[in-house]
Amino acid sequence: MKKLLAAIIALIAVIAGLIAWNHQLTAKQSTTSATKTLVIYNWGDYIDPSLIKKFEKQTGYQVDYETFDSNEAMLTKIEQGGTRYDLVVPSEYTIQRMKKEHLIQPLNLREIPNMKYLAPQFLNQNFDPHNKYSVPYFWGTLGIIYNDQLVKNPPKHWTDLWKPEYRNQEMLYDSARDMMAIALITQGHSVNTTNTGELQAAEQKLRGLSGNTKAVVADEMKMYMKQDEAAIGITYSGDAAEMMAVNHHLHYVVPSEGSNIWYDNFVIPKSAKNVKAANAFINFMLEPKNAAQNAKYVGYATPNQGAMKYLDKSVTNNKAFYPDKQTMKHLQVYRDLPKKVNQEYNDLFLEFKMFVK
Amino acid sequence: MTTKKHWFFSLPYYLWLALFVVAPLVLIFYQSFQGLNGHFTVQNYVNFAESGVYLKMTFNSVWYAFLITVITLIISYPVAYIIAQFKSRDFWLALIIMPTWINLLLKTYAFIGILGENGSINNFLRFIGIGSHQLLFTDASFMLVAAYIELPFMILPIYNSIVAIRPSLINASLDLGASRWQTFRRVILPLTKNGVFAGIQAVFIPSLSLFMITRLIGGNRVITLGTAIEEHFLTTQNWGMGSTIGVVLVVAMLIVMLLTDDSGKGVHR
Amino acid sequence: MKKRRTLSKIYLAVILILMYAPIFYLIYYSFSSGNTMDGFKHFSWKHYQALFVDTRMISIVLNTIIIALLAALISTAIGTSGALLIQHIKHRAWRQNVLVLNNILMVSPDVIIGASFLIFFTFLGIKLGFWSVLLSHIAFCIPIVVLMVLPKVKELPRSLTDAAFDLGATRWQAFSQVTIPGIMDGIKAGFFMALTYSLDDFAVTFFVTGNGFSTLSVEIYSRARQGIDLEINALSTVMFLVSLVLVYIYYRFSVKPSPKGGR
Repeated sequence: MKKLLAAIIALIAVIAGLIAWNHQLTAKQSTTSATKTLVIYNWGDYIDPSLIKKFEKQTGYQVDYETFDSNEAMLTKIEQGGTRYDLVVPSEYTIQRMKKEHLIQPLNLREIPNMKYLAPQFLNQNFDPHNKYSVPYFWGTLGIIYNDQLVKNPPKHWTDLWKPEYRNQEMLYDSARDMMAIALITQGHSVNTTNTGELQAAEQKLRGLSGNTKAVVADEMKMYMKQDEAAIGITYSGDAAEMMAVNHHLHYVVPSEGSNIWYDNFVIPKSAKNVKAANAFINFMLEPKNAAQNAKYVGYATPNQGAMKYLDKSVTNNKAFYPDKQTMKHLQVYRDLPKKVNQEYNDLFLEFKMFVK
Repeated sequence: MTTKKHWFFSLPYYLWLALFVVAPLVLIFYQSFQGLNGHFTVQNYVNFAESGVYLKMTFNSVWYAFLITVITLIISYPVAYIIAQFKSRDFWLALIIMPTWINLLLKTYAFIGILGENGSINNFLRFIGIGSHQLLFTDASFMLVAAYIELPFMILPIYNSIVAIRPSLINASLDLGASRWQTFRRVILPLTKNGVFAGIQAVFIPSLSLFMITRLIGGNRVITLGTAIEEHFLTTQNWGMGSTIGVVLVVAMLIVMLLTDDSGKGVHR
Repeated sequence: MKKRRTLSKIYLAVILILMYAPIFYLIYYSFSSGNTMDGFKHFSWKHYQALFVDTRMISIVLNTIIIALLAALISTAIGTSGALLIQHIKHRAWRQNVLVLNNILMVSPDVIIGASFLIFFTFLGIKLGFWSVLLSHIAFCIPIVVLMVLPKVKELPRSLTDAAFDLGATRWQAFSQVTIPGIMDGIKAGFFMALTYSLDDFAVTFFVTGNGFSTLSVEIYSRARQGIDLEINALSTVMFLVSLVLVYIYYRFSVKPSPKGGR
């Protein structure tokens, strides 16, 4: 018993010591008051940290940067409340949802004059007419990545994925919307279809892929492709850029017959406490030089026209990441679907995954 | 007075039961009767029973969890037994527990590096001339990693029950002419039954709801109930269906507990 | 006889090597000058240098350890009292019910626990951050402690406590000198298991954390989107070595005293 008590006391002493140490560490960081802090909720590693430092220096605000790893997880936290975020970066279909549920507030565009640098083709989109609520941050596409060492005939179109020569070589992306979209496009349907018959046909079509499927994965695909684990992968352009920077045998194609185009955007939640700082930050990130620096760091395509001249020609002329007008015409944005239809997509995809086995 | 003290000691535990077990449980149960539009419905249960997908998934989960449990049990019992014989057994036990303090995701990534197409094992196989094999995304690798993760949770309770056996009992058995094997079967094994059951509970039940490694190592070729719940809560936002599967898991746990329950049947002391 | 000894030692060695293989793999790559875990470039300390100037990361590590130790300590106390309590319950069906309730948190997938705790905390108006994370960790650690302590309690001969009473011991004396030493191994095991659960938890923490508070697992998962940073490998190496040293010190100090003490 004495030994137990001694152990407990020692443990408490250790904990107290650690708390004191931690206090000392964080005290240096957060001396500013709440009105001077800006809380950003963004995807992990989705911003150049030196830009945050620069912003803090320029404006005197203190930035708290928190991260999430899926739109849905982020949404759950915002819906439940209990936390305070001033600026969030969701994807477009989530913005529609947040708008419907009154979770975000209209922007005061006068506070964000740097909007003028954004290319008009990325403004006034279906999911947010007149950019009442959102400002585009990055954009990209869904496409095919392949390893030129492991495939003889590179895939160019979605239908190529069904070729028997790619047996057990493909990595699919673990996302119902994306995989169904591929099947829907090959059958000439909209990626936003709500027609049950079309969806079921798409799932039947997907089943044809099961022989070629090596695995159904998510973010970790980047690591697998970098390490030559698989020959072909379905992925997003931003992830592709990152993989290609490491493994020079990888190439990314956006099928010209059509694909998905997505946007990640700044929005300000209703519960924000420091709207002024949020506006200032958006404006700061739209500054062409900053946008270019950020695009270089993150590797995704920027909607900022002004930033183009600061980026390498080899990047901005690369059709895989800044597709030509012809392909752009065929790209489709996901719309937020009614819950019931959404569920149909998910159920069918789950059925497909169980079938792969 | 003593009853008062008794209450003082047990209050935190009861409080915990009420707030963090019963309340969430009620919540899950309530949720499982909610449809997509927030109305009361039994549709989720109907879906579960009617669609072959979920039944197949349940069957798969139980089967894999069973295999994982058997594998860990076979590996763990000798380990626990050997360590219990050592003089510095605390130290060895700590060595067994320590790997669990390294983040799970990191260890999984390490396994990917080891099992991958160009990983250590395949490099070795190529080196000795066998040639590379597909190791990742197979049932075998999935179960290997799952067993790896669960191992300490099986070893610990078994070890505890072995240590609790008084050496005099074993000596008595040996003195009475029993062989080592007889002693093990007739004395040690029955006395460690509690530990084995605790280990099975600690491994089988969480194995039903493994997720993450089903995707990272199993490449989603193995889909457990846990994976489905994860998806319903985080990706598809269908909390009703997710909760329904949760209720099924709770029921599965009840069954396991009934099967491994020994109170009343065991030796009275 | 001797052969059996060496055989069992070899078996243990093989198992331990297998258990540590992935960890050594991580450690090995923490010294690579590259940025990924495929293909060792050449030896470098750069990930360690990056780690030691990363105050945010160090602070997160401290948070993680503080939470883990506090949660393990408190849940061990509550869990032990719970195990004793369960054994005390005379009514068999009722005891079974409590046990079932106890185990529910162990079977529930982390996501369900996390989501229901989140709803619960916001309902009560508890601010998300250190306290909500600590409370959740204590909550999901308790059942594992009970599970570890209960077999010990069951093995505790009733006659022993009765004997203590016969010898004129008070309740407290019987408790502190007979019961506690008797279940000490279970308590220890429970504490370490609780520590393990707390250190490793991602899903529950993710839901109930907020307002700038973060733990290592949450940080690692959100960084994993870009592939894991070798700085994390360096961090794991440091933490692993520290725990190895701690275990060794503990071993040296707990074994030294005469065999009379302890068990």
